[in-house]
Parts: sequence; C-alpha cells; structure tokens
Amino acid sequence: MNAKRIEILVGGFVLSGVLGLAFLAVQAADLGRLRGGDTYALTARFDNIGGLKPRAPVRAAGVTVGRVNAIAFDGGIFQGVVTLDIDENYRFPKDTAAKIMSSGLLGDQFVGLEAGGEEANLADGAVIAQTQSAVVLENLIAQFMAGQADRAAAPANAGAFE
Amino acid sequence: MTAAFQVLLQVVGRTALERLRAAGHAALFSVGMLAVLPASLRHPSLVLAQVYVFGNRSLTIIAASGLAVGCVLALQMYYALLPFGAVDNLGLVVNLALVRELGPVVSGLLFAGRAGTALTAEIGLMKAGEQLVAMELMAIDPRRRLFAPRMIGGLVAMPLLAILFSAIGIVGAYLVAVPLIGIDATSFWSIMQARVDVLRDIGSGILKAAVFGAICMVVALYQGAESEPTPQGVALATTRTVVVSSLWVLCMDFFLTAVLLSAP
Repeated sequence: MNAKRIEILVGGFVLSGVLGLAFLAVQAADLGRLRGGDTYALTARFDNIGGLKPRAPVRAAGVTVGRVNAIAFDGGIFQGVVTLDIDENYRFPKDTAAKIMSSGLLGDQFVGLEAGGEEANLADGAVIAQTQSAVVLENLIAQFMAGQADRAAAPANAGAFE
Repeated sequence: MTAAFQVLLQVVGRTALERLRAAGHAALFSVGMLAVLPASLRHPSLVLAQVYVFGNRSLTIIAASGLAVGCVLALQMYYALLPFGAVDNLGLVVNLALVRELGPVVSGLLFAGRAGTALTAEIGLMKAGEQLVAMELMAIDPRRRLFAPRMIGGLVAMPLLAILFSAIGIVGAYLVAVPLIGIDATSFWSIMQARVDVLRDIGSGILKAAVFGAICMVVALYQGAESEPTPQGVALATTRTVVVSSLWVLCMDFFLTAVLLSAP
C-alpha cells in the first residue's frame, strides 16, 4: 500500500472523526445556536427565577420563539434580570407578559410570553414590564398551611358567639 | 516448623521483589517512551501509517459496537425512565452516557483488544525475529523509529474512534427511540441540546479517550518489547496486553471521572 493511499485513507478517517465531533457538538449539544437566524434581545426582571437556566427555551403559545441568553442578579432592585434572545421574525406588543413556567413535573423551566393588546411592539433591548416569577413549592405549602389554619380557626370563632 | 515458615517468607519476599522490579521496569519504559515521542514528529509519514493501522482498521468494530450499544442503551433507558414519566429525557440520558462514559471506555477496551494485540504481536515477532537487535546494531533506536510513531498513532486515533462511537451510538439510539418506541423526535434532540455541554461532557470524553489510547499503546509496546522471543512468549504477551490494558483503562476511568466531575 503506497504512501498516497494511506494518506487519503487516514485523511478520510480524521475527517469522519471531525464530522462526528461537529455532529455531537451541534446536533447533540448546546452549540446549536450557531445554526439559528438573527435574534433581538429583550430583558425581563423576576422576583424569583426558580430553576431557569441559560439556553432555556422562550415559548409563546407553546411554540419556541427564542432562548434565554443570560441570567444576572441586579443588586439595586434585588431582582433577577433575564436576557432573552428572540427570533427576528417574531415581534411582541409592548404589554407582553413574561412568566416562568414548567413543562411538566420533571421538565425544564422555560419563559412563556403572553402577548398583550398594544399596537406598538417591543424594540430591540426593551424591558418586558409585566412578569410573573416561578412557582416556589415552599411558598405554596406555606399558603396551603395558612389556609388550613384559617379554616380551622373560623368555626371555632363562630362557636364562641353562641 | 520454622524451616517451612522461612520458606514461606522467602517465597513472599521473592515474589514481592520480582513484582516491584517489573513495575519499576514498566514505569521506566513508560517514561522513556515520553522522552522519545518528539522524535516521531520528524517522520510524519510513519505516524500517518500508524494512524491508518490503528484508526482506519478499527473503524468496523467501533462503528458496529457503537450502533449496537446506542440501540441497547435507548431500550434500557426507556424502561428505566418510564416509571418516572420522564421518557422525553431519553435523548439526554443516552447522549451523556455515551459521550461521557461508554464512548471512551468501550472504545478503549475494543482498542486494547484489536489494536493493542496487533501491536504486541508485531513487536513481539520483531523481537523474536531479532529485527530489534538488528536495528540497534545499525545505530537506529527502535524506540524512536518503531515505538514512538505507534504511540502517537494510537494517541491520535483513539479520541477519533471514541467520538465516532458516541456519534454512531446516538444515531442508533435515535433510530430505536423515535421510529421504534415512538418518542417525540423534537424532545429527543432539544432536551439533549439544552443540557449537554461541549466542553464539560464531550471534552471530558475526548480527554479520557486520549488517556486510554496512551495507556493501551504503552502497555502493548511494553508487553511486546519484553515478550519472550518464542511463539508461546508472543501469545502470552498478547493476552497479557488485553488484560492489563483493560484493567488500567477501567481503573483510570474511575479516577478520571472523579477528577473531571469535581472540576468546576
């Protein structure tokens, strides 16, 4: 087997390895954003972002329209600041609301956008005014317990008047 | 009584010293190999030929095993995730299992079996045919001429083989999960894309594969160079290569995983 044939075969082998790596990186890992089109940025502030992670999807009406770019903490207003990359083709009205929702019990959390009714759209870099934080299980339990305590106290109070 | 006890102590001591000497000899060989590695850069054609021998020739078994492992993994993980209602995460689980662990380790074991044995047999037969001695008489260092290109060739081929194993495995898992089992194709890929990190997961797999490649090559070269110059000696060295390489790969896998997982 002459040198040229060996070089061609080894080149093919290395190329297939590189293609495999590219496949793993793009299809099967988080470099897929390189394939995406142009996006514009929107910012939203939440009291509690829950389990939201960067690269989480941004969905409107259940359809993925973008990705979470970055999550930061604003020490001035003590809120989480989430930067969203939204596909250029989708524009939302100025009174759009952003909520952090879960896709199922064991599912990932994502940002859901609910469009409002205003005619003017959010520009690049605009801030979404209405936000709803993630549901925190401990707060729910505390609410439930407080509700139970109230219901237990009410008949006792009513009975005291008789 | 004391005579038998003395004999026992003697046997234990002799065995321990012999094992220690062998371990030291192997360690010195490994360090010596590191020293001659840069020399192979002067003969890229030799290295290329070895990448062909270890890489291209192992493609069949790596591809077939990758496909099989990927398919089986999809099936098993499906039934494991079903009670938790988390079958949408099947793609993610299969990907992480392959790219972080099974890709490097199974490729390493297959590599030790296929390429390691071939290398040991080649070097052993060269030694038995006195070719190594002849080279030394001609003032050619067999380590620079023979061993170093083979080591670099294995080091280059192994990560590529592991990547191909993982990639083919994921495709195999997709073929089982989506058309066969009926999992949603979009969630198969999208959850995978959201959670798999290129540097942390794929990168650690590549690093492990490179280390395993180096281990397999050094063990194969050592066993070949130290084999008895007889047919039985070569056969014994070949089997010892597989056993020692496999054990080293599995042990280093644990340590590497512990180190890589604890890294920030």
